Amino acid sequence: MSILVLADLNEGQLAGATAYVIAAAQQIGGDIDVLVAGEGVQAAAEAAAKLDGVSKVRVADNAVYAHQLAEPMGALLVELADGYTHVLASASTTGKNVLPRLAALKDVSQLSDVLAVDSADTFKRPIYAGNAIATVKSDDVLKVITVRTTGFDAVGDGGSATIEAVDTVVDNVQSSFVKQELAESDRPELGGAKVVISGGRGMGNGDNFKLLDGIADKLGAAIGASRAAVDAGFVPNDMQVGQTGKIVAPNLYIAVGISGAIQHLAGMKDSKVIVAINKDDEAPIFQVADYGLVGDLFELLPEIESKI
Amino acid sequence: MKVLVAVKRVIDYNVKIRVKADYSDVDLTNVKMAMNPFCEIAVEEAVRLKEKGVATEVVAVTVGPKAAQEQLRTALALGADRAIHIETDERAESLAVAKLLAKVVEEEQPGLVVLGKQAIDTDNNQTGQMLAALTGLPQGTFASEVAVDGDKVNVTREIDGGLQTIALTLPAIVTTDLRLNEPRYAKLPDIMKAKKKPLDVKTPADFGVEVASKVSLLKVESPAERKGGVKVASVDELIDKLKNEAKVL
Repeated sequence: MSILVLADLNEGQLAGATAYVIAAAQQIGGDIDVLVAGEGVQAAAEAAAKLDGVSKVRVADNAVYAHQLAEPMGALLVELADGYTHVLASASTTGKNVLPRLAALKDVSQLSDVLAVDSADTFKRPIYAGNAIATVKSDDVLKVITVRTTGFDAVGDGGSATIEAVDTVVDNVQSSFVKQELAESDRPELGGAKVVISGGRGMGNGDNFKLLDGIADKLGAAIGASRAAVDAGFVPNDMQVGQTGKIVAPNLYIAVGISGAIQHLAGMKDSKVIVAINKDDEAPIFQVADYGLVGDLFELLPEIESKI
Repeated sequence: MKVLVAVKRVIDYNVKIRVKADYSDVDLTNVKMAMNPFCEIAVEEAVRLKEKGVATEVVAVTVGPKAAQEQLRTALALGADRAIHIETDERAESLAVAKLLAKVVEEEQPGLVVLGKQAIDTDNNQTGQMLAALTGLPQGTFASEVAVDGDKVNVTREIDGGLQTIALTLPAIVTTDLRLNEPRYAKLPDIMKAKKKPLDVKTPADFGVEVASKVSLLKVESPAERKGGVKVASVDELIDKLKNEAKVL
């Protein structure tokens, strides 16, 4: 087995998700190389070289890979995939955007959102918004896989892999980066946070999300939101937890003013402990909550903040 | 320009699915089916492009069993001009669907292909990207805004960290995310008119595409059940339980 892991980058730095994907690669077995592709990514390459279990870090550092646009990234992966039995990436928006291009160009299927490795060719993945788990076996010569990081434990950083430059530069006349608006926050990243507090339609408006700040500060929590809150314009899209938003599995998930639609549950039902606060005692969220508190969030939130 | 929209017949998004007793698959008997919500958004976007005068024709296509013609008729009722049904009773995975759509793209030469970002049954989120690779076209995935500008299209995408805008040369492939638009409902007169719009039926063999996949489904199980929870009567009780029972505080 020989595995290439596409590193997740966040503004040129190595993102936390990569350590979880390497854990999945370790369960498959075999040599693990990491591909760091972008522009000005030397620091990310050095961080990747420290992750346990990595043999080699391959660095493709060139302006054409800046922002990891799908077309050049797909072409790069096609060049490098020979010699590997598996290519993995996290199920981040980058992984989801790029990996299918590699799979199609290599005429193989892709397995998305793998959350368990049964063997080198057999995996488990969620279907129907995680309401069923499918066990699938791939006979493709190259297995292209995106990994749901909540299914694995991140590897440590006691390693020292070699770092090798990749000379491949591809042309790209089809796509170009125009701009981006990224959320700035001192809070932990939603995908990997140990505590998450999310607001839903019940919050009423974007300003009221401030009521979650004090609790989030005290608990070191990330703040998330339901689709309803994002659609209503209360908060930006990067906070959405759900089937088609972020998938989280923190130790503690507090759902405030969230009714608990199937699609939201898909994003958080693997949390270790779920708390729900809602004034409707029939809200579906109470069926998955370990602890449910029925009441007015505008009264309960300040009380919780003062008492924790 | 011509806009091609691919749609999929899936379970209705409100349906609570059950796994079959023999664990071979999800039980779809008598389950309400519908057009995939992301595909509805794709149809809406294509129709809006026609209303703006950017698209001259909207062609809807689906890969699926005979019953999937319902979804094509819905697309026609919403504003598509004609439809193509690639009929198969076999499970068609993303790669096979992408190969079939690539053949349709070759024949139809659209300026834009719009698909939903993922189907809510398989949750793969692959078909649009694979289609782009097979046709050698650029892709704008998870689109929350699509703006055609001459021979380019600007696509604003919902990414993990926020929003990203990219410019693609046409023809291009776009996959829709939730907030791209709010789909309209089909009006009864349009539903009636849709019955007379052209709907061509083809098979995968007509395109020389093998549907069978090298991935086999071994088993489908329900996820681990969460143990039932309790309602607490006060904030004090909640905090006490979180500290001493759950030990997460």
